[in-house]
Amino acid sequence: MMEVIGLNADVTIQQSLFYILTTLLPIMVIAATPLVLASTGELIVEKSGVLNLGVEGMMVMGAVIGFITAVETGTPVAGFILAAVAGGLLALIFGFLTQVLLSNQVATGLALTLFGLGLAALMGQTYTGIRPPQTARIDIPFVSDAPVLGQMLFSYDWIVYFALALVGAVWWFLNRTRAGLVLRAVGENHDAAHALGYRVIAIRLAAIAFGGACAGMGGAYLSLVRVPQWSEGMTAGIGWIALAIVVFASWKPGRVIIGAWLFGGVTILQLNIQAANLNVLGIAAIVLAVVTIGMIALNLRSMTAKNWIRVAFLGALALLSWAMALTWPAFRLDSAYLSMTPYLMTIVVLVAISGDRTRAALNAPASLGRVFHASS
Amino acid sequence: MKLLKTLGLATALTLATGGVMAQSDDPLSVGFIYVGPIGDFGWSYQHEQGRLAIEEHFGDAVETTYIESVPEGDSERVIRRMAQDGTDLIFTTSFGYMTPTLRVAGQFPETMFEHATGYQRADNVSVYSGRFYEGRTVQGILAGHMTESNVIGYIASFPIPEVIRGINAAYLAAKSVNPDVEFKIVWVSTWFDPAKEADAANALIEQGADVIMQHTDSTAPMTIAEATWDNLGEDETGIYAFGQASDMLEFGPNARLSSIIDNWNPYYIERVQAVMDGTWESADSWHGIGQGTTTIGAFNINIPEDVAAEAQAALDAIAAGELHPFTGPVNKQDGSVWLAEGETADDGTLLGMNFYVEGIEGAIPN
Repeated sequence: MMEVIGLNADVTIQQSLFYILTTLLPIMVIAATPLVLASTGELIVEKSGVLNLGVEGMMVMGAVIGFITAVETGTPVAGFILAAVAGGLLALIFGFLTQVLLSNQVATGLALTLFGLGLAALMGQTYTGIRPPQTARIDIPFVSDAPVLGQMLFSYDWIVYFALALVGAVWWFLNRTRAGLVLRAVGENHDAAHALGYRVIAIRLAAIAFGGACAGMGGAYLSLVRVPQWSEGMTAGIGWIALAIVVFASWKPGRVIIGAWLFGGVTILQLNIQAANLNVLGIAAIVLAVVTIGMIALNLRSMTAKNWIRVAFLGALALLSWAMALTWPAFRLDSAYLSMTPYLMTIVVLVAISGDRTRAALNAPASLGRVFHASS
Repeated sequence: MKLLKTLGLATALTLATGGVMAQSDDPLSVGFIYVGPIGDFGWSYQHEQGRLAIEEHFGDAVETTYIESVPEGDSERVIRRMAQDGTDLIFTTSFGYMTPTLRVAGQFPETMFEHATGYQRADNVSVYSGRFYEGRTVQGILAGHMTESNVIGYIASFPIPEVIRGINAAYLAAKSVNPDVEFKIVWVSTWFDPAKEADAANALIEQGADVIMQHTDSTAPMTIAEATWDNLGEDETGIYAFGQASDMLEFGPNARLSSIIDNWNPYYIERVQAVMDGTWESADSWHGIGQGTTTIGAFNINIPEDVAAEAQAALDAIAAGELHPFTGPVNKQDGSVWLAEGETADDGTLLGMNFYVEGIEGAIPN
């Protein structure tokens, strides 16, 4: 049994840091992985100008198909692959309805969620009470066993690294390739892209299928790694959070990771703060201190006055929270407030986007959700 | 004026058809609203068993419907639609449906409502629940004996009296057999979210808990506990857990110590019969182990004989009405006296319970 390490007044800073880095951080990364996958997929979809609200339905489909495949074949890899295929196929139903038959994207997306939840429940009926084969962890000799860093960076299953690599690939695709430029053009102005000879509908269908595949893999991660079991309706709203993260990230791949860690991490944090009786203020102080040091380290060569002010502000905040943590060691933040923060931040971003001038700055694809017909 | 006339005509027609319906052989329509999916293998699953029992018992004389995964915040719309569809008797099966049920009931005085685990009634709204805390006493005895780390993890949903009652009953029982026992409580603010419940179980295990209790609806915590039984060395044991609302044995053949099983079938059949006989009236039903509403699942074979016997004795005493889970002396968390020596808690206090008993650490969230 693990030693109980909380950030109480009688626990040293080193121990607290150790706990956060080796225990909390890895769980937060795992909790964020389904969100990273689903949000990255939806980001590509929205970048092509399509709003697919059926993420929840595609995720739950991936969860059930991935689970069934992994149980039947005994190989989780096959589960993840078929989950991606299933998510992609379900997304193509949405694609056919919205792109070819020109149905309303919002209504069709909502219907896709309901359809996915129902179909998954039906398919998974005989698969309750079974546990799937374990997904392989990356185990590098010596490195994975290294204290702190090994647990922080090299203790995950391969999907975690795959998801991060995917985000990098999507960034590279969107910003550094011609195909990515075409995709963005379709999302910004489909009529212009059409006039230039690009096949708007085909490009959008491909983006929709990619989004579905990512969501399917994210769902499979829930049923194969995080829980691990199949249970009806097990996504329990995570698809909607993935949608919110895309907006929160203002359609930028790098920020998707931050959003997913924030949304996934806060859930984990509030559970662990309760279980470990952690001091919230102390944690805030440590996080702020880490961010401050990180900022200095990253900008060491080009520290402008503005950056120094930021660093000084963050450092002061860190010191202030630490002083408060020492003054009120018994301070407890009601967990409800902590669960609210990601949603509050999403609301702030949404409000900012609704103002037209900031909309462009925030990167929203101009044709998002608009119907395209070649004749118009 | 014309509109008023039309409305009046419509009302008259409705009343007339309603009158005809009561006399004809039309099947009685019974509806259910569930907070989770029927396949949660916990709370909602068990209510669904009750609905199926009604179908089997009454055959063609009833027509049942259900709507699953209805969020508490959005339930009024769903309940109203069910009432508008002409459902005669509606069971709303989650605590958070209380106010919505009462609101809709006010608008549909001819429809009969049954609200589970609430405390507010109306002429056409009954409340019913189980004395789950009696089962928590049995669980507490088992947990107090079986824990080696003396840390028991408790996954709690919402800070409502029913959940707090369960925590207190389990703690008092565990403490009575193991004075060193400590409870770690995590509030997850949901009834059904497998991923979050699994994370909570992991967080508790990480903090040293080796027995997990849950007051949420999914089987995820049981699955997490069962996973710790893989690849164990000799003489090692994994994490234990309890089935909640349903038996959950297939989810934790090694991990499951016992379970609290809600058996709604007799009550549901009785209430539907009452509507058919025309004897239905607003009532308050709160039965426990003695009446069979709360049943206890078989004990894990790994439990030592004397421990199982002790838990069984408590179970029998509660069933016979000889033992009350809340018997003094019991103090509140702040040290003030709640129950004097030999005094037992009255139902009023239990129904409104908003405090921890002495010895439990932490605060109840608002």
